[in-house]
Amino acid sequence: MEKNTLKQIQNLANDIYKKILEEKPPELVMPLRSLSNVVYNEKDGYFELAGKYKKRTLTANTAKTFAQTLRLLDLSKELIKTNDIATKREAYYVSKNWGEARFKEQPESDAVMDDVEAMLEVNREQLGFLPEEKGGDIAGEITVIETDPETGEEIKHDCTKFVSGAYSIPSQVEDLKFETKANLVIAIETAGMFQRLVKHKFWKKHKAILISMGGVPTRATRRFIRRLSDEMKLPVYVFTDGDPYGWLNIYRTLKVGSGNAAHINKYFCVPKAKFFGITAQDIEKYSLPTHPLKDVDIKRIQDGLKNDPFVLKHTSWQKELKKLMKMKKRAEQQALAKHGLNFVISDYLPEKINDPKSWLP
Amino acid sequence: MATSKAEELAKKQREISVAEFFEKNRHLLGFDNKRKALLTTIKEAVDNSLDACEEADILPEIMVEVIDMKNDRFRIIVEDNGPGIVKKQIPNIFAKLLYGSKFHKLSQSRGQQGIGISASVLYAQLTTGKPARIISRISKNKPAHYYELYIDTKTNNPKIVKEEEVEFDKDHGTRIELDLEGSYVKGAQSIDEYLKETAIINPHATIIYTNPKAEQFIFARATDKLPKKPKSIKPHPHGIELGMLMKMIQNSYHKTIKAFLMNEFSRVGTNTANEILEKARILPNTKLNNITREEAERLMKAIKETKIQAPSTDAISPIGEELIIRGLKKEIRAEFYTAVSRPPSIYRGNPFVIEVGLAYGGEIPKDKSATILRFANRVPLLYQQGACAFTESIIKTNWKSYGLQQSNKSLPQGPIVILVHIASVWVPFTSEAKEAIAHYPEIIKEVKLALQEAGRQLGSYIRKKTRVRDELKKRSYIETYIPHISQSLIDLLELDESTKILLNEKLKKILEQKRGKVKEVGLKAEDIEEYDETLAKIGRGETVEETIEEDEI
Repeated sequence: MEKNTLKQIQNLANDIYKKILEEKPPELVMPLRSLSNVVYNEKDGYFELAGKYKKRTLTANTAKTFAQTLRLLDLSKELIKTNDIATKREAYYVSKNWGEARFKEQPESDAVMDDVEAMLEVNREQLGFLPEEKGGDIAGEITVIETDPETGEEIKHDCTKFVSGAYSIPSQVEDLKFETKANLVIAIETAGMFQRLVKHKFWKKHKAILISMGGVPTRATRRFIRRLSDEMKLPVYVFTDGDPYGWLNIYRTLKVGSGNAAHINKYFCVPKAKFFGITAQDIEKYSLPTHPLKDVDIKRIQDGLKNDPFVLKHTSWQKELKKLMKMKKRAEQQALAKHGLNFVISDYLPEKINDPKSWLP
Repeated sequence: MATSKAEELAKKQREISVAEFFEKNRHLLGFDNKRKALLTTIKEAVDNSLDACEEADILPEIMVEVIDMKNDRFRIIVEDNGPGIVKKQIPNIFAKLLYGSKFHKLSQSRGQQGIGISASVLYAQLTTGKPARIISRISKNKPAHYYELYIDTKTNNPKIVKEEEVEFDKDHGTRIELDLEGSYVKGAQSIDEYLKETAIINPHATIIYTNPKAEQFIFARATDKLPKKPKSIKPHPHGIELGMLMKMIQNSYHKTIKAFLMNEFSRVGTNTANEILEKARILPNTKLNNITREEAERLMKAIKETKIQAPSTDAISPIGEELIIRGLKKEIRAEFYTAVSRPPSIYRGNPFVIEVGLAYGGEIPKDKSATILRFANRVPLLYQQGACAFTESIIKTNWKSYGLQQSNKSLPQGPIVILVHIASVWVPFTSEAKEAIAHYPEIIKEVKLALQEAGRQLGSYIRKKTRVRDELKKRSYIETYIPHISQSLIDLLELDESTKILLNEKLKKILEQKRGKVKEVGLKAEDIEEYDETLAKIGRGETVEETIEEDEI
C-alpha cells in the first residue's frame, strides 16, 4: 500500500519534471471537491465522485500553491520512507522551514493536503498525515484487540469494564480486531447523552455497543463503525439532535460520506446505518421543548433539498426537512429530559428499537 | 415729563460714521484679526495692481514688502508698474470708501466693489494713527505725485495731510505704504502662500516679495503673454436685483423706460423690451424719472417672467488647461496632472467659467485629505474653505469611482491636490471679505461636471497604475516561488543539485512566456522640469489651523 503511494508520488513529480524540461506549463489534476461533484451510488449506498476534475496549471497566480503542493508531496515521501507520521498541525509547522513558500495559517496547509489526497486518490493516512482530532468513544458489549507492534502481543480492551470512562477510537483502525456478542450499535451525537447511557448501563440490557461521535464523526470513527457493520454484521442506529446539522452533517456523512473527500467515501461510510431520532415526528409525538430554527439551519435545509444527492433520493428525508421548515423548530437530544432524566432509557430508545417504522433511511 | 418717546429716541439717533460702520463690520471686510488684516491689505493692493496693469496692457511687475516695526506693527509697501492714477483721483481712490471704477460696470476683474484698499487705509489709520502714503505717476512726461491721506470718518471724504511732487524711479506706476497693526505667520493662510499662489495662477506677472524676516522671493513671470483682456459687458436683466435696478434708473440719461431697457442691458432688443413692459403694465414711452417704486417692482417681476437670450460669454477670460497644469507642476511634484476648462455657463444672468486641475501621487502625502486650491478671477482664496461652494462640489463628487478613498460627506483621501477656479464678471462671494464662493446650484453643478471629467482621467490613470503594479507583483511572485518548485522536484526525484539552475531557467521561460514588457506609467517626481523647489517650500510648509482665531484686536 505505502509502496504504491510512494510510486504515485514519484510518477506525479516525474510528469511535472518532464513538462518543465519541454518548457510546457506543468499541470496538477484533481477531482473537484464539492457536493456538486458527487453522485449517490444507491446500490452500494455511498457518495462517489461524479467525474469532474479541476486542473491547476502553473502560472504566476498558482506558483505559490504549486510550490507548496510539491513541498508537501516531498514531506509525504519522507514520512512514508521513514515510516513516520505527522499530524496536520505538525505538517503546518514543518512548512515554516520553506521560506516564502511556508503556510501562513493551518487552513491553508489543510487545503493543500486535501488537494494532494484527492489528486492521488488516497487516504491522507496513506500519505503519513494524521488528523489532530481523535475518533469517538466506545463503551458496551465489545472487546477491541490490538497488537503491540514491538512484542507482537495482543492487548484486549473490554469495553464493558468502564465505569465512567470509555475506549477511544485511534486514528488508524484498520488493524484492530473485535470480539462481541452485541445485538446492535448506537452512534450518539453528544458526549452528554453517551455518558447518561453508559452510567445507567443501557448497553447491558440491550446488548449494545455505544459510540459517542462528538459531532460530525471523524474518518476513523466512520471506518470503525463500518467494520462493525460489515464484519460483525451488526445493525447501526444513529441518534442525533432533531435539527438539520444532526441529520445532514452528522448522520448523512456517517452513512454515505462527505462531498469533500468523495474519493475515499467508499471505505469511510456506513451505508447500512439507520436514523433513530430525533425526527420531526418525535418533536410532535413527545411534545419536546424546542428552539427556533437559526438562519444557518434554514439555509442548510434549503441547500439539502436542492443540492444533496442523498436527500434527493429519499422522499422520507425530504418530508422530514420540509416538516421541520414548516414547524420552524428544532429539538436537542437532551430535550427528552422533559419527561424525566431517564425517560430516554426507559421509554424513548426501547420504543425506537422495537418500532422499525420510526427509523429513517 | 412731556417729552414723547419719539423725541427721546431722536436724541440717540444720529448718522453712523464710516468708522463705526467699519468697526461693526470688520469681519465682513476681512479684518477679523491681526493676522488676517495683514493678508487682506496685501491682497487688496496686489489685486488692484494686477487689474490695473492688465487693463492697460502692461506686463505686471509688483514689489511687495512687509517690514516688522515691532510691537505688532507692520509697514506694508506695494509698488506696481501699472498705468498710474491721475492726480485728482488719488485721494478718492485711496481715502473714500465705496469709490471705484469697478462697481458700475461688469467685467471680469479681481476687485469688484471698490471697498478694498480704502478699508485697509481706514484700518491702518484706526490702529496706528498713521496716514496712507501714496505715490503715483502716469507717464514719463508727468511728475510723480506724493500724498499723505486720512479718511474723514464722519463724512467718508479724503483728508489730505501732505501733497507734493516727488522723484519716482518708474515711468508709470503706483506705490502705497501703510502702517498697521497685524501679526505675521507662516503656513497655509500666510502672505507667503497667498503671493505664491497668485504667482502660480498669474504666470504673466513678476512678483518680488520681501517678508518681515527680510527673506526675498522673486516669482519671475513664466510667460510674456497677457491673459485675454475681458470685455466689459452690460448687465443681463436676469442678473439684476431691485435695488440695483432703481439705482440704474436714477443714474441713466435715457429718457424713456424702453430706451433704458434696450441700452442699459445686454440682450434686450425692441421685442424683448416690449414684452417686459407689457407684462409690467408700463407704457414704453413712460418717462424714466416718473417710474415709481411700485412700477420698478412690477418691472422686476416682468423681467423674471420673460425669456431672454443668455448673455454673451466673451467677457470671460479663463486661465486655460495648459497654464493650470504648468502652475501645478511648479509647486507640486506629482506623477499625474490633468486640467479641465468648462465651456461658459450662466448663473442669474452672469456668465462664468469653471476650471479645475488635479495633481496626483508623487510627493503628495498619501494618508491625508485632499489639498484644495481655490481661486476666483485669478485670486487665491485662503480662508473659509468649509463654507465654499467649491468644497461642497468636491465633497459631492464620488471620488471612489476614480480610485480615491472617501468617507461619507467628506473630502477625498489620498495623494491629491485639487485646484478649482471660477472666472466671472460677477463672482458671488458669501461675504464682502471675498473668501468663499456662494452656493449657487449652477456653479456647484459646473464644478462637479469639471471634477468628474478630470476625475475620469485620474481614474483611468490609477487603474493603469494598478494593473502595472499587479503585473510587477506577479513577476516578483514568479521569482520568489520558482526556486521552491525546483528544489522540491530535486528532493522528490532525488536529482542532482546542479539541475536546479536548468529547472529555474526553464520555469522562468514557461512563466514569462505570455508576459510582455512592462511600461512604467506616470511621471517620476524628479522628472518634472517645471518644479520649483524653493517656491514649493513657501507658505504651505507649516500649517496653521483655520479655526485659530486668536489675537483679536
